[in-house]
Amino acid sequence: MKKILSLKMEGITKAFPGVIANRGICLSIHSGEILGLLGENGAGKTTLMNILYGLYRPDEGTILINGEPVVLNSPRDSIRMGIGMVHQHFMLIQNHTVAENITLGYKDAPFFFPLREVEKKLKGFSELYGLEVSARKAVWQLSAGEQQRVEIIKALFRGAHLLILDEPTSVLTPPETADLFEILKRMAKEGHSIIFISHKLEEILTLCNRVVVLRKGEVVGEADTREVDKVALARMMVGRDIVFDLTRKKLTPGDPVLEVDNLTVRGDRGEVAVRELSFSVCRREILGVAGISGNGQRELVEAITGLRPADSGTVRVAGRDVTNSSARLISDYGVSHVPEERIKFGVVPNIMVYENCILKRHHRPPFFRGLFLDYDAVKEHSSRILKSFKVAAPSTSVPVKNLSGGNIQKLILGRELAGEPCLLVAAHPTYGLDVGATEYIRTQLLEHRERGISVLLISEDLEEIFQLSDRIAVMFKGEFMGVIPAGEVNMEDIGLMMAGSKRLEARGK
Amino acid sequence: MESVIISVLRRTIVAGTPLLLGTLGEIMTERSGVLNLGIEGMMALGAVSGFIVTYTTGEPWFGLTTALVMGMLISSLHAFVSVKLGGNQVVSGLALTMLGLGISGLWGKPFIGKPLAVKMQPIHIPVLGDIPLLGEVLFRQDAFFYIAVVLGLCFWFLLSHTRWGIEIRSVGEYPLASETQGINVHWVRFSCVLLGGALAGMAGAHLSLSYSKSWTEGITAGRGWIVIALTIFSLWRPLRAFTGAFLFGGIFVLQYLLQPLGISPSFLAMLPYMATLGVLIAGGVKRERRRLQEPAMLGEPYVR
Amino acid sequence: MKLFIKVERRDSTSIPLTIAVILLSLLIGFCLIAGLLAIQGIDPLFALGKIFAGSFGRIYGIGETITKGIPLILIGGGLALAFRAKFWNIGAEGQLLSGAILSTWIALNWAPHLPAVIVIPLMFLAGFLGGAVWGFFPALFKVRFGVNEVISTLMMNYIIAEFLNMLILGPWRGESRMGFPYTDSFPPSATLYQLPNSRVHLFTLILALCFAFLLFLLIYRTKFGYEVRVIGENRDAARYAGIDFFRNTIILMVISGGMAGMAGVGEVAGIHHHLTYPQMISSGYGYTGIIVAWLAKLNPLLAIISGLFLAGILVGGDAVQISLGLPAATVHVFNGILLFSLIMGDYFLLNRLLITIRRDRAEGRTGGV
Repeated sequence: MKKILSLKMEGITKAFPGVIANRGICLSIHSGEILGLLGENGAGKTTLMNILYGLYRPDEGTILINGEPVVLNSPRDSIRMGIGMVHQHFMLIQNHTVAENITLGYKDAPFFFPLREVEKKLKGFSELYGLEVSARKAVWQLSAGEQQRVEIIKALFRGAHLLILDEPTSVLTPPETADLFEILKRMAKEGHSIIFISHKLEEILTLCNRVVVLRKGEVVGEADTREVDKVALARMMVGRDIVFDLTRKKLTPGDPVLEVDNLTVRGDRGEVAVRELSFSVCRREILGVAGISGNGQRELVEAITGLRPADSGTVRVAGRDVTNSSARLISDYGVSHVPEERIKFGVVPNIMVYENCILKRHHRPPFFRGLFLDYDAVKEHSSRILKSFKVAAPSTSVPVKNLSGGNIQKLILGRELAGEPCLLVAAHPTYGLDVGATEYIRTQLLEHRERGISVLLISEDLEEIFQLSDRIAVMFKGEFMGVIPAGEVNMEDIGLMMAGSKRLEARGK
Repeated sequence: MESVIISVLRRTIVAGTPLLLGTLGEIMTERSGVLNLGIEGMMALGAVSGFIVTYTTGEPWFGLTTALVMGMLISSLHAFVSVKLGGNQVVSGLALTMLGLGISGLWGKPFIGKPLAVKMQPIHIPVLGDIPLLGEVLFRQDAFFYIAVVLGLCFWFLLSHTRWGIEIRSVGEYPLASETQGINVHWVRFSCVLLGGALAGMAGAHLSLSYSKSWTEGITAGRGWIVIALTIFSLWRPLRAFTGAFLFGGIFVLQYLLQPLGISPSFLAMLPYMATLGVLIAGGVKRERRRLQEPAMLGEPYVR
Repeated sequence: MKLFIKVERRDSTSIPLTIAVILLSLLIGFCLIAGLLAIQGIDPLFALGKIFAGSFGRIYGIGETITKGIPLILIGGGLALAFRAKFWNIGAEGQLLSGAILSTWIALNWAPHLPAVIVIPLMFLAGFLGGAVWGFFPALFKVRFGVNEVISTLMMNYIIAEFLNMLILGPWRGESRMGFPYTDSFPPSATLYQLPNSRVHLFTLILALCFAFLLFLLIYRTKFGYEVRVIGENRDAARYAGIDFFRNTIILMVISGGMAGMAGVGEVAGIHHHLTYPQMISSGYGYTGIIVAWLAKLNPLLAIISGLFLAGILVGGDAVQISLGLPAATVHVFNGILLFSLIMGDYFLLNRLLITIRRDRAEGRTGGV
């Protein structure tokens, strides 16, 4: 394998049905460099990198390594060329051990008993780059940060000279992010090239030497990071000045709507995921739950909405005990739910938009009367949702799978808010959405707060947490590291709490 | 008395061998993430083609080889539809069953009622075959049994201690991740389906060449479906397949043991099917364990 | 010049395209059947001609086609409902037999004392119940113990078939049968009117058509149908929406099994007028019904058309078997090949092939297929 001294992508174009993801993109990188690839969600960063990694074939354009054109038809080709990638969603097999994951596709491993060899080599690697992992643990037992280390080691094992990292910090706590940056800088010093994909400006500015900005599938700017500032980059990325200053009126919270007391919930593998948790959310209040995914947020949400049994403790909604009630009953009591993984849980992609609009209310009037569903009422209801939540859809009679992610999320939010709920549980409501949709959804959440509903907001995005929340809770290993009014806490503290190394109590209590 | 026990055990081994072969094949197929419900059809085709070739050439080994190849050929249909086209694996498997049963009926009609002049000769393994009881039961069987045992051990070793094993398991757990590691997912799945087909064909050949030494329509009698249940029962592990296969072999023998007692033969014929249901229900009690053992992407087509 | 073939997912599927693809799939299926027959040394044109002449060519043939269409329409509709929820009910064969057994019990014990107006509805009720019970257990096993329904429904087929054998060889063997494994003939009040010069039992035919329509309404217009479709399309979303998987699965299998059970009543009360060997009562209707449902795109109304079509193949298949001396399994070959070509056709409904001709780097022409 020859070392990658320079890599060039020229005139890369890639179209999917309905969208052009990349249009005539040019980009270059040389060894020892850390290149930032900046752009908001949907700008085409991931598509471009999947082309470089051989997962997609470009419609047009060429890729040159050390000045020579190469054809990358599959990841196998890219790996052979010395390109490695750490995907945003980890490509790790949860049930397999770390060593097994590393061995997968590692061609130099011996055919028989490959794990022994890999485990031996793994030790050396860990010491060289400061990457600590235990080889025999199953991946599902590892934290997100450890899993990411496994991904990086995987790439290094295959002799990658060029490493692509797609939004690597979205699952990391601030201290873990700092560790990652140290490792990456050390790798660059060893002569590796690194492409770092992000939509977070500060990270790009602290880590990268150079930055390329993508917007709507095209390169809109390129700069040395020492010569640009945040404002200029942000303008390039979004195409206009962003006034990301949502007005949050001061409101006095009312009576508690959601009261959780001593709640313990188990995860899929029988482990305790939520541990003796107690908190409440009031009328006209948004409680933001910050924290890295996998610390029990999903189990907490599912226990509140009736999708997962609670081991012990109680959940009360508007004074009624709903612990271990059915999802339908809890929904009928006025608890709405914007689920994480919206395509998987929130909609039925193959059925029509109007049918999706009654997903949780199809069993009640005005949609269900006597024997039959009243499809006139359903269609009217759905066009009302489309209109008032600005969902861009050709009509109500198209399958939901034809809508974009942002529009699907608006549809879900519209559906969940249409029933005048008393509590909205929103899990990662703007995850993966572009700036326009994100802004719209956050505005809607604040508006409905003013109208009197209470919101339990689960998010990994600290910016979102700070913009929307009245009080902030930080979740770590199934517990809250503190529940604090938004004005009394700063980013650093939250970061430490996310890593579990600090507990804070609200002042004045 | 001792001779009765030996004969029962010997027959249990014989009755369990086709189940073991089929189960081992289905385990490999399902470990790669493909559900093949067409075992019954592949077995029937293997049985008929193995029989015809043996009958005409007088050489059981030719019959065995033909059955293996025919199993692979017909399973390639399922592989094409479910792997390449990403079609519905349940329906494709059912189509495969219908086709296999149909073709075997069509081809086998002239051979109904014609007994086989030659058969697979039992092989007496030196030394081991002379052990009392055990030797007679285990080491004087015909080649099918030895092949099945050796394959079972090979598959266990392959899955747990080789690079291929890791690749096959990964493809069944998370195909996209495997692809990003340079594994050709379609190729792995295709090969595993063919491997399953070959073993099902061999299992069929056992029925017509060793078990009954003749061809009748419906010779498989639902064994293909029992195999699928046994795959679940063995938690997708080759070594556990031995237990299941010979347990069910015993139930098949039990039918003949109980017949002289005046129990309705129809009722006895129900036994294997009821046992299959029973085994699946019993497995349901420890449902969590099974869910974690099952290949995560079993039955899900992989399209990039 | 180079030829590139690119595969793309379709956004939507139009009805004309669907029809075209299905017809093309069937055509290709028949070509494959012809090829296989040719390998067997049979003139395929003669055989295929015989099939269509036998089933749709003569009045008697049409009558037979409708007769065999009746159970297929009933079963196909019931399976369409189950498959909508991705519950793979392969047990219609057994559910049919179970219905036949229970209604036979009514016919043998109650019919001698009661008029037809009471006996016939009672028999259909019993048939529905019999099929429903045989559908209920696999559903229960699935929701309660996570038992794979394909295997459980199949095992139930074998079990009921052996049970039926036990009955007709034992306690239910008719006194007037001189040792043949039949029950006594049903009294007249337990038999159905047949159209003249045919075996078409009119009552069951009308029942089948009515139920096809009712099932259509059930799937597309009711709360239950909505829930079934959501479960089938996205089980996680169904859970999220508070849809009761347990209850819905049980109900839909009771209905699906009941439909097959009624088909069984039609067979014993309309055609045989006694209970006999399983393979005599049903010539694989439960399995052919799978193709009926699939060909009808899981729409019970369309199952009327696809049911009659496949009944035609069964009847024509019989005709070929008799005239060419082929075994009964030949029909399985037809079924298997047709089902395969239908699934392959689905690929072209979901994807579009873009065929591009490029001259090296120059602009290419693109044609969609």
